[in-house]
Amino acid sequence: MTKNSINFIITIILAFVLSLFLPWWSIMIAAGITAISIPLKKAAVFFIPFLAILVFWSIYCFTISSANDFTLAKKISQLLQMGGNAYLLILLTGIIGGLAAGIAAIFGKQIAVLRKQQ
Amino acid sequence: MKYFKLLISFGLTIGIFYVLNTQLGNIPPLGKFLNPVSGIWQNETNEAIIGDISIPGLKDEVTVHYDELMIPHVFAQNEADLYKAQGYITAKHRLWQLEFQTHAAAGRISELFGERALDYDRSERRRGMVYGAEQVMEYLEKYDPVTLGFIQNYSDGVNAYIDQLNLDQYPVEYKLLDYKPEAWTPKKTALLLMYMTKMLAGYDDDLEYTNVLRLVGKENFELLFPDFFDITDPVIPKETDWSFIDVPQTPLPASKAVLDTITETIEKPHPDNGSNNWAVSGARSVTGNPILANDPHLGLKLPSIWFVMQLSTPDHNAFGATIPGALGVISGFNQYIAWGETNATRDVIDWYKIAFNEDRSKYKYDNQWKDVITRVEEIKIREKESYKDTVLYTHHGPVVYDKNFKSENQRSGYAMRWIAHDGSNNQKTFIELNKAKNYDDYVSALQYWNAPAQNFVFASTEGDIALWIQGKFANKWEGQGKFLMDGSNPENDWQSFIPQQFNAHTKNPERGFVSSANQHPVDENYPYYVFNDGYETYRNRVINDFFNSKDKFSVQDFKELHNNNYNLKAAELVPHMLEHMETSSLSEDEKAIYEEIKAWNFNNDIDEVGPSIWRQWYGKLYNMLWDELDVEDMALTSPYTYQTIYLLKNCGNHKFMDIVETKDKTESSKDLFLLAFQEAAKRLKELKERDGDYTWVNYKGTYAGHLLQSLPAFSRFDIPIGGDRNIVNATSEDHGPSWRMIVEMTSPPTALGIYPGGQSGNPGSQYYDNFIDDWAAGDYYSLNFLQSNEATDAIIGTQTLKPTHHD
Repeated sequence: MTKNSINFIITIILAFVLSLFLPWWSIMIAAGITAISIPLKKAAVFFIPFLAILVFWSIYCFTISSANDFTLAKKISQLLQMGGNAYLLILLTGIIGGLAAGIAAIFGKQIAVLRKQQ
Repeated sequence: MKYFKLLISFGLTIGIFYVLNTQLGNIPPLGKFLNPVSGIWQNETNEAIIGDISIPGLKDEVTVHYDELMIPHVFAQNEADLYKAQGYITAKHRLWQLEFQTHAAAGRISELFGERALDYDRSERRRGMVYGAEQVMEYLEKYDPVTLGFIQNYSDGVNAYIDQLNLDQYPVEYKLLDYKPEAWTPKKTALLLMYMTKMLAGYDDDLEYTNVLRLVGKENFELLFPDFFDITDPVIPKETDWSFIDVPQTPLPASKAVLDTITETIEKPHPDNGSNNWAVSGARSVTGNPILANDPHLGLKLPSIWFVMQLSTPDHNAFGATIPGALGVISGFNQYIAWGETNATRDVIDWYKIAFNEDRSKYKYDNQWKDVITRVEEIKIREKESYKDTVLYTHHGPVVYDKNFKSENQRSGYAMRWIAHDGSNNQKTFIELNKAKNYDDYVSALQYWNAPAQNFVFASTEGDIALWIQGKFANKWEGQGKFLMDGSNPENDWQSFIPQQFNAHTKNPERGFVSSANQHPVDENYPYYVFNDGYETYRNRVINDFFNSKDKFSVQDFKELHNNNYNLKAAELVPHMLEHMETSSLSEDEKAIYEEIKAWNFNNDIDEVGPSIWRQWYGKLYNMLWDELDVEDMALTSPYTYQTIYLLKNCGNHKFMDIVETKDKTESSKDLFLLAFQEAAKRLKELKERDGDYTWVNYKGTYAGHLLQSLPAFSRFDIPIGGDRNIVNATSEDHGPSWRMIVEMTSPPTALGIYPGGQSGNPGSQYYDNFIDDWAAGDYYSLNFLQSNEATDAIIGTQTLKPTHHD
């Protein structure tokens, strides 16, 4: 397995575990820790955890929401001026999570760089 | 460089965290709000209705069966457990609403919305909502620890639910506005009852009447606002014998209204808040069993004001509509009786002008100076410092308007005398009604009821029907309280109260039915002063005409009457207008509209265009007619519909008909008919171009708005239902029959019910608004009145509430 795939999987697993007892920002911690322990290179630093959390949150949302006919998702999508499209809301949720995770991972990577040099 | 990168990435991390964790303007904190673990996705579900729940302080197990309407059927072993379970179950389905309504009652909305709600909060504080609730608490502590105990049980039940709640289970509105539920208290139940009182008895026009009186003079005032219209079809039948009343009306003192100019008054409850109820005796029922119906007309809201429950102990078994925050069933039935309410619309608010001394520490009364009591209201504001409002209290009540609020007078103010400020025990009425077995029990339950004055309809399996107009009413002198009064003159105080047993009522009247629809409670023969405080004059006549139209009635007749769309108001004016209006000048388009309304049968059915034309035409006409009463910087009101139509038909050349603006012309009612028709036609044409047509269903566009300013995402629009205000099916745009119930007094009673909403307060639940379509179609649900704790086929889930054991 490549480092990228390992980082991807570990980010998701860690995010899931941490979410059991931490608030929403557990994904940032998960991405940060993974970035420190499994440092990636260049754009992957951001995009791998971004994708990992995007996938994690989107699938999570989809699973919950599809079981309930997307009743609330459609309403919240309307509330956020997204035309009542549940899939768009799921995507937005994923992107928001991904963004937070990706940025936290950049920070983690910088810590990793410093640690390596010391 | 690497430290620089570290710092930048650290900054970015903190930045994104902040942005996603903070409410920015109207946008909720998106990370918190949208994350799947604890955000709104966790609300994407129906409610759990199976399993065991442990609740501290329960004495015994409580079984809660749910039927497919999501109605909980609660079986408790004693009353304390019952009300605890009611609190718990209500919170489970309606927590956000439960709290929000009492926040609204207490003037605490600024805590959620910030400064823009401050004026609203100040109005609520200054009208003494919190003060009134405190008086209720004091009264209960002093006189009725038993009822207070039940209110405490309810409170404990609500808190048991809140305590079990995790962040991810908070109702979606908390997540949207980013706040948390606080602990429930008995005082919040008192606040809820104040909220109901305000909604139903908080309407008054005394200050507006004062302005009108000054503007038009006494003679004109009496023409515009008569104490009785030329027709009355009162709640208590005209032929009622009042000779048993031996306490006279308070004699008239030599008192005069204070003719101040009042520029602005506080926000009032919806003027259409009203209701229908009626019952027929066994002799006039097809089956021989009395039948009773009730439909309270309130704002159409989501979550609905009503939550339907069955509440039983081994000693009683009640079923019907509850209000989140209040104990027991409000409009419903038990094994022996059925009851329902309509608003009695009596004048229970009066205003007094107060003269202060220099530093406003005293006020003049009976030629002496009396001490003012100051009450400081602290209003918390989201993300700002609290606002402290000092409200001065006199023996009349709070000085709502003074130099600090909607008035500029340095040394005077207007104090409010409101019956709701006198501590009372309204809650006990419902607790006792839920257990009542016959007429005597019903009458005895009513004696505790002070406000809002209600017409309580009654029917029993024993075959009695009755209607009491119950409230605590001042025994006023002729004319008292219609206008602003001089607060320094003791003659203007309420001198005494009408003894409760002399409140107007009727039991088993000869005509074989009782009914009320917010009309005049009594005719001129009732020995106490009751002036026309905005009484209804249309629904009552349609209802009573219906019951006079044939001999015997069935449940089907009741359904049809609930859904009756006959527009008596239009039927009384349109033919007159069509006959007298000059039509030669009408254009082709206008003629087409003229023909349309001419062909109308006066039913406000959804596919008709007549109701839309009528609305436009009458609306324009009304504004043209009462242009004299539209003055800037002056709080005014214009005459009621019935009197308006009376004057148009009978006083067509009165000077009020003239449009003030047209200096060179003097209009008569005929001219107004044409002018208003042409304006209406113009507007209707615009509507047609915009929307394609103006059929009633599209014109009216009935909707049920979410409690948060009708947030579109959580509201339901374009509900296809006919009717309108002043029609038995009183559904206007956002207001109407908020609960429809029909009970036949078989043993046990057989009941139908429905309301425009759903049992769940969660917009993510299929039970949030699932009743609306059936309600609009005029359908009903059979209510499963379970006679024992055994689950029947109708039950889809059962929860058991178990006492927490401390091992």
